Amino acid sequence: MTDTAAAATITTAAASDAAAVRMIGVNKWYGDFHVLKDIDLTVNKGEKIVICGPSGSGKSTMIRCINRLEEHQAGRIIVDGTELTEDLKRIDEVRRDVGMVFQHFNLFPHLTILENCTLAPIWVKKLAKKDAEEVAMHYLKRVRIPEQALKYPGQLSGGQQQRVAIARSLCMNPKIMLFDEPTSALDPEMVKEVLDTMVSLANEGMTMLCVTHEMGFARQVADRVIFMDAGQIIEANEPNAFFAAPQHERTKLFLSQILH
Amino acid sequence: MSDVTTSTAFVRSVLTEAKAPPKSIVGPWAWARGHLFGSVFDALLTAFGLFLIGWMVWQVLDFAVLRAVWSAENGEACRPEGVGACWPYVGAYWKQFVYGRYPEPERWRATLVFLIFAATLIPLAIPKLPHKRLNALAFFVGMPIASFFLLAGGVFGLEPVETTLWGGLLVTLIVSVVGIVCSLPLGILLALGRRSKLPIIRMICIVTIEFWRGVPLITVLFMASNMLPLFMPAGMEVDKLLRALIGVAIFTSAYLAETIRGGLQAIPKGQYEGAMALGLGYWQMMGLIVMPQALKMVIPGIVNSFISLFKDTTLVLIVSIFDLLGMIQASLADPLWISPVTGKTGYLVAAIVFWVFCFGMSRYSQWMERRLATGHKR
Repeated sequence: MTDTAAAATITTAAASDAAAVRMIGVNKWYGDFHVLKDIDLTVNKGEKIVICGPSGSGKSTMIRCINRLEEHQAGRIIVDGTELTEDLKRIDEVRRDVGMVFQHFNLFPHLTILENCTLAPIWVKKLAKKDAEEVAMHYLKRVRIPEQALKYPGQLSGGQQQRVAIARSLCMNPKIMLFDEPTSALDPEMVKEVLDTMVSLANEGMTMLCVTHEMGFARQVADRVIFMDAGQIIEANEPNAFFAAPQHERTKLFLSQILH
Repeated sequence: MSDVTTSTAFVRSVLTEAKAPPKSIVGPWAWARGHLFGSVFDALLTAFGLFLIGWMVWQVLDFAVLRAVWSAENGEACRPEGVGACWPYVGAYWKQFVYGRYPEPERWRATLVFLIFAATLIPLAIPKLPHKRLNALAFFVGMPIASFFLLAGGVFGLEPVETTLWGGLLVTLIVSVVGIVCSLPLGILLALGRRSKLPIIRMICIVTIEFWRGVPLITVLFMASNMLPLFMPAGMEVDKLLRALIGVAIFTSAYLAETIRGGLQAIPKGQYEGAMALGLGYWQMMGLIVMPQALKMVIPGIVNSFISLFKDTTLVLIVSIFDLLGMIQASLADPLWISPVTGKTGYLVAAIVFWVFCFGMSRYSQWMERRLATGHKR
């Protein structure tokens, strides 16, 4: 608890109204199981955060609380100035501004790539179909697959599907992007194309929270690496210090397991 | 040889090209050998199957064409031993089979309804044709309203015709079309309700589904025609055909609800999360993402229910509504056409008409399934 608070103070010092996400004393239970314990985390606008930790440590659950795919039972979560409560209107408001990329892509298989990208802009943002298609093509070009626009997700490779998923999120013009293990379900040969897309997104100043074990990616783009275990933040630091001199025993053990 | 087996290192110098398959696995002869005469037992099965098909085709052909009576003034010609189908009887009665007891001078109104029905349904069923939204509006709103006023009359100087006079294929189609069109949305709502997070809504849906599914359709129709009036305030009367329509629609919707729920359960959680993360609301998520996939998956089950409903419309006979089968059965009592083969001929006609409609629905749905397949899982 004190460790987490200490880690959090580093960031809260810099945090002001500019915070993209503020989590204050967030707790969550699945029945009796305490999955998130006193999470304090402030993410500044434009900041890139990589979250790692063993499976079951609560890292996915934590970022899923940010767009309320999971609800927290105690504490406060404020996303871009809007506090997440039971209020459905606020939840919709937050979801409009927060894009999410999933481990299993979650593209809509009955719609073409283009339709996947235009659906939310048309129905949620009430954009005209033509404008939505223009935006979609722009982002499909950015992830370098405009030629696939009229195909169905099932006809694309895993890496291509994940890039479409990123483009689909970007079409909503989000302020924050959440990545939940975006490369874990990909064939080894396809990881790079997705990471490249994420790096270029990071370079453009997008606020990003990534749950990933791609430590190379963490070193390259992260402003901060957060290590979680047993539902709490164990250690947080800027990547060079985090990898070179981990402080907590648990972090050292984890890093020794994944870095050979 | 020995240096190949002892060495562990290997580098391919030339990539192997794809070659054509051997002659023995392609071509019609190879197919026949594989599928018809693979073994002695397979060959026997093939021969037996061919014999069975030939025998059945011959039986039908013999009765319906070769030994059939083609023209006669009355049933006299159909009475001798060994005579086949009595077609003149069908010729004399076909109008009743189609229109029931609908008064003769007003039958053009029913014909017009058939035409409007075909004119709005056929273009709707062909995906290539344009103006689907307008077409759907015409079929789901315009057609029922026009049909009701045309058939019931009492407006625009049309003679009123009681629903008790409606009958034949007209009633069969009315009951099944209304049943199909009303039960699908109702079934979708019941399926969604059964999976709702709100306990009261869920309970109402579960009770509705389990009640209607647990009662035979005959009971539903009996209740609708005999019991319901007891609960109605005195003097208030609901048309008998309407009561049967409501009964059939709710009955089918309970079955559909369970079929659709099966489809909903097969949609991965990720689809809901993907939709929610994009900011779609509940109805948008269900209408745009979940339902289209769930319904597509359960097309065979849904069409199964529709076909079942189409055939079950014959049960309205027991509450004295005369559908196609009812009219055929009623006509068998006519002493003018009585003969040993009149009944067989009448039932053959009923079987053919029902089979054509059901087979049509089945083929259309299979074609639709293939058309909607986008080749993917997840």
